[in-house]
Amino acid sequence: MINKIVRSAEAAVADIHDGATVLIGGFGTAGMPSELIDALIAQGARDLTIVNNNAGNGDTGLAALLKTKRVRKVVCSFPRQTDSHVFDALYRAGEIELELVPQGNLAERIRAAGSGIGAFFSPTGFGTLLAEGKETRVIDGRNYVLEYPIRGDYAFVKALRGDRWGNLVYRKTARNFGPIMAAAAKCTIAQVREIVNLGDLDPEAVVTPGIFVTRVVEIPVAARTVEAPGAAA
Amino acid sequence: MNRFTRDQMAARVGRDIPNGAYVNLGIGLPTMVANHLPKDREIILHTENGLLGMGPAPEAGAEDLDLINAGKQPVTALPGASYFHHADSFGMMRGGHLDCCVLGAFQVSVKGDLANWHTGAKDAIPAVGGAMDLAIGAKSVYVMMEHLTKQGESKIVAHCTYPVTGLSCVNRIYTDLAVIDVTPSGLVAIDIVPGLSFEELARLTGVPMQDQTGGGGTRNAA
Repeated sequence: MINKIVRSAEAAVADIHDGATVLIGGFGTAGMPSELIDALIAQGARDLTIVNNNAGNGDTGLAALLKTKRVRKVVCSFPRQTDSHVFDALYRAGEIELELVPQGNLAERIRAAGSGIGAFFSPTGFGTLLAEGKETRVIDGRNYVLEYPIRGDYAFVKALRGDRWGNLVYRKTARNFGPIMAAAAKCTIAQVREIVNLGDLDPEAVVTPGIFVTRVVEIPVAARTVEAPGAAA
Repeated sequence: MNRFTRDQMAARVGRDIPNGAYVNLGIGLPTMVANHLPKDREIILHTENGLLGMGPAPEAGAEDLDLINAGKQPVTALPGASYFHHADSFGMMRGGHLDCCVLGAFQVSVKGDLANWHTGAKDAIPAVGGAMDLAIGAKSVYVMMEHLTKQGESKIVAHCTYPVTGLSCVNRIYTDLAVIDVTPSGLVAIDIVPGLSFEELARLTGVPMQDQTGGGGTRNAA
């Protein structure tokens, strides 16, 4: 019997090694798997590379992980927000590396990793600072930049419901990076609000098929309240 | 000097968005366009974080933190809305499916180069979000910005001095002084704030521009 259900967030993240690349879903706090991040903080892995759209909000979740100084590098599109003071201080002190990626290239690089694409040409960023040093090509008269996949050793995603095969459905705009990150990591850990029986998820409505998911852990309700929304994407 | 108000600018943009258009409104001034879309048109708003059919802000107390816009503010979903993941969302931009996006800007060049993501200041923490994808993705890229900096310098320039977001990507510029098309043959003023002459607009802007504000023939100024 396949059973991807893990009893706790702590058990789900127990084997994460120093130096791992962890893809973390969420756009701001929507879809951020905060309880898995808290478990990773407690677990203690260090020298991590974190891939997320942002670089933490307030002092909880991803920001709390950064505060431990166990993150070597952040790959993201929009670190600077009104409440990104933890990242800002580390960056200004030279204590964290930043790879800034246009948001669509970030998403497509993650998608490419999950789809077995070796690299792709994107028009986004051509002629800008963020494409400096990258290979370019003119295709049908248009300029493109060569972009490589972003793979994870682990992915943390937050979904609404999941079953023991790892099938997932999401909630509203909390879906964001979840489905593409789930496919792009060697080990994908999903925290879901509710675990349901096999067959309870409508196959027509499953967003992430279970093949992309390694572990499912139930976190019944958001254990914390989410801060007021910050500014800007 | 007369200036269009921010509401007048937003209303002017709104009038130029046709029925049935799929539109992305950027953060800041462009967000105001949502309040000025003509009521008799069905226009579908896209937000980069995975929603088509975005509605207005919810009433106080009805906020859902799983339902937000690109600025991470709570929004609503209209009947007919759809949710999708980030790769699909940016495929809608890059793939040329969005009819129009409206962006803020630090500078736009006469060739339509856009600078709106980074001042280039040494101590600034860079952040780009979806700006570069929107700049090259939508079929029509409109910029809304004040015509002049606080120091009175034109934000429409021969060459961008700030780091660019995209090259030759802006189609039309809405400012508090004028509406200006970016065409292969250069800038063309198509609307101007009442009380301001084309000659004065051209002098303030300081780059070559053609005059089609009067509905008559074309005049040139440099």
